Amino acid sequence: MDFENWKGFEGGTWKKEINVRSFIKHNFIPYDGDESFLTPPTQDTLDLWDQVLELSQKEREAGGVLDMDTKVISTITSHAPGYLNKDKEKIVGFQTDKPFKRALMPYGGIRMAEKACKDNGYELDPEVKDFFSIHRKTHNAGVFDAYTPEMRACRSSHIITGLPDAYGRGRIIGDYRRVALYGIDRLIEDKLEQKETTRSAMYSQVIQEREELSEQIRALEDLKKMALSYGFDISKPAKDTKEAIQWLYFAYLGAVKEQNGAAMSLGRTSTFLDIYSERDLKNGTYTESELQEMIDQFIMKLRLIKFARTPEYNALFSGDPQWVTESIAGVAIDGRHMVTKMSYRYLHTLENLGAAPEPNLTVLWSTRLPDNFKRFCARISIETSSVQYENDDLMRFTHGDDYAIACCVSSMRLGKEMQFFGARANLAKCLLYAINGGVDEITGKQIAPEYRPITSEYLDYDEVMAKYDAMMEWLAEVYVNTLNIIHYMHDKYSYEKLQMALHDKKVTRWFATGIAGLSVVADSLSAIKYAKVKTIRNEKGIVVDYEVEGDFPKYGNDDDRVDKLAYDIVHRFMTHIKKNHTYRGSIPTTSILTITSNVVYGNNTGATPDGRKKGEAFAPGANPMHRRDSHGAVASLASVAKLPFVDAQDGISNTFSIIPGALGKDDQIFAGDIEVDLDCGDGACCSPTLFEGLDDPKAGNLN
Amino acid sequence: MTGYIHSKESFGTVDGPGIRYVLFMQGCPLRCIYCHNPDTWQIDGGTPVTVDEVITEFNKNRAFYKNGGITVTGGEPLLQTDFLIELFKRAREESIHTCIDTSGIVFNSDNEEFTRKLDTLLDYTDLVLLDIKHINGVKHKEITGAENNNVLSFAKHLEEKKVPLWVRHIIIEGYTDKPEDLIALGEFIGRLKNLKALDVLPYHTMGVSKYKELGIAYPLEGMEALPVGKAVEAKKHILQGIKNVVG
Repeated sequence: MDFENWKGFEGGTWKKEINVRSFIKHNFIPYDGDESFLTPPTQDTLDLWDQVLELSQKEREAGGVLDMDTKVISTITSHAPGYLNKDKEKIVGFQTDKPFKRALMPYGGIRMAEKACKDNGYELDPEVKDFFSIHRKTHNAGVFDAYTPEMRACRSSHIITGLPDAYGRGRIIGDYRRVALYGIDRLIEDKLEQKETTRSAMYSQVIQEREELSEQIRALEDLKKMALSYGFDISKPAKDTKEAIQWLYFAYLGAVKEQNGAAMSLGRTSTFLDIYSERDLKNGTYTESELQEMIDQFIMKLRLIKFARTPEYNALFSGDPQWVTESIAGVAIDGRHMVTKMSYRYLHTLENLGAAPEPNLTVLWSTRLPDNFKRFCARISIETSSVQYENDDLMRFTHGDDYAIACCVSSMRLGKEMQFFGARANLAKCLLYAINGGVDEITGKQIAPEYRPITSEYLDYDEVMAKYDAMMEWLAEVYVNTLNIIHYMHDKYSYEKLQMALHDKKVTRWFATGIAGLSVVADSLSAIKYAKVKTIRNEKGIVVDYEVEGDFPKYGNDDDRVDKLAYDIVHRFMTHIKKNHTYRGSIPTTSILTITSNVVYGNNTGATPDGRKKGEAFAPGANPMHRRDSHGAVASLASVAKLPFVDAQDGISNTFSIIPGALGKDDQIFAGDIEVDLDCGDGACCSPTLFEGLDDPKAGNLN
Repeated sequence: MTGYIHSKESFGTVDGPGIRYVLFMQGCPLRCIYCHNPDTWQIDGGTPVTVDEVITEFNKNRAFYKNGGITVTGGEPLLQTDFLIELFKRAREESIHTCIDTSGIVFNSDNEEFTRKLDTLLDYTDLVLLDIKHINGVKHKEITGAENNNVLSFAKHLEEKKVPLWVRHIIIEGYTDKPEDLIALGEFIGRLKNLKALDVLPYHTMGVSKYKELGIAYPLEGMEALPVGKAVEAKKHILQGIKNVVG
């Protein structure tokens, strides 16, 4: 297999099979230089961005939504091309026929789609409503047909919350780079071959596989049609950087036309694209300014991805996030870092267009990234507060060097792994169920099995632990089974056909469970173990509050006595999860990452034995409870770092805020390196040679 | 060996280079009118801590402190030299960067025993942050309760001992912001061959609430935090002084 458009690229396995990683490995050039090559935005970019700002303003004035489809059901090909200003746009494409118009996506659930319209002041077309209520079943309808009464009870008592049973599960990243590198025709050819080589005995898995492959092929054909409507033939590989970005973006655009997922992440595209731009620079095809313009406008498009959502959804996720996560840098398994000029260009958009939360630019951090890049990241972070960092040294070990982050922390190999998103189980509530024999502390209803409750006035650690363990085992089972139903139905009624078309035939599926309330549980168990905890019961004998007598070690202070409890809970829960059957041979993982929904979880949970009051928010993710970490940041981080990543491979998050002044010296008033630099009269004399990293403490300390 | 501390901070970034493990030692002979740690004044009391505890805790999280080390501040750390000698000796054995943040007020060259101990301590000290509260002795007494002879002799002593020095100076409007004083300060420290950095600190009000808790009157009640711009100005004057004396 060879194409004219591949001229100048080093060969490798990627020419024989669909294998983007091989292409990158053989062609990327690590960049050790600094940011001085970067260019400012072009006039066209600035004009377009002004137009965007104006529309954003109008959208805010309109109450959050400027326009919405109420009749046309969004598919890859449902809408005519949309533009901001066709003459100025270097990269084109919108989800609907115009910017800021949100698409109608009812396959996840018609009631959710209807509510999203209504809550934003629109009315869903009655014909569409009828169609999806009577003639075409949705994911949501399927799930509720199969739920057991126990599952429904768990859902309404909020011991399991945020389940993707009425909205798109997301967390799947198509390998959008494939479209740029191979063109659609080659990808279809590959899928046809996959279909020809399925097993011939028609049991349900094979039937499902064959049906899905057909769907995938159709999606690829549709994608070609959509691109053609914008005037591009993407059947063949992209010939230069501009086409590579455009092909790649069309692929992503197809996915967000089809799916309103809880996280629609982009992947790891910068170093891939750098191979094109290096070739173009070498051939004189484009200038640096033209390349930056394409990236600025590509990122601008990603900032304009929008979905129709309800206020409740936005409350759960604190805003209206799309999680268009792009993973940057990292280190290759051959030891070379993967920072390229394109990594700089992506981050530079935060300067050219200004700071923004989307796309979620995520640096895969390693101690082995080049110093220039580390300093650049530190500066951009300080100036824009818009960069996310994740530990590549940790994730590379299990996911290699071509993984990307879906949502905020879920790592997966591109085109080879996907995840079944599973929201969270509330382990703090689970502890209360253990104490109250399965009765909900807020509603008084029997939710879990009627295990024997604790009847003593003071809590005994061993007794509580034994009951808690049994209750966790119950919770793990009902939770996993609930998720099994959800993902079966999602595959059936709202299959991500385009995203899956950009995966291999044999996909590793992660079954992503999650934990909420970890620090509440750790502190509660610590209080029971090291202090005295008295139960306070209501008239029905349900424990509704606790009195802690004496002090106890608190998670977040690098104190092994309690940190070990936190470790143990994660490990135990994961062990219980693993006992259960998981849908489609998926591999169970868990995460500790309620970045925003910790408020909602806390709201729905009664008082806990650590002294936390009813309704009080949980700490986010794996964070220590607010104000309980009293030994400074290192001690706090050290507690979190003890959690077992091997049990929580879907991610552990620690939301960390600090006032800038506490991060180091302000170089305006600190004059380091006095001896060698006295000639500056303006008082801003700082060349950080003597105390390396001191004048840029954030850069120095990130090592 | 036991020392007495007021508190500790596992993530110190402003008291020496890198991320540092900071011990706030209990007890101080000065009563600076703007002190933000009045809770460390009392010489009796504090929480006992052993050298072993400190070193163990530091080593546990050593990865964080790669470019940092241990800083002792306070309070006045030089009130507990015996403890510091043991601590820094151990730190040196373990290749941990050590730093003392002091007002220099307890230095007394006439006291042989003290000087002997101090010199032992300085053998194990990688950096001293010397907070010169005022270059003028009378004004130094006004704001701290003591003259600055000891402080200035201490600076020279450190120069003799070749201990790297950062000079800190807090800018308080109406007290320490006169250009001529700042230039004089610059001229004094500019002559010190061991000077490595100048750290100008704008007055802040973060300690004020502690006075209320302790039930003591705050001498600078009502004074607002100094804008950074004024500290930048002050720094220019000090640097000017340094330039005056450096060739």
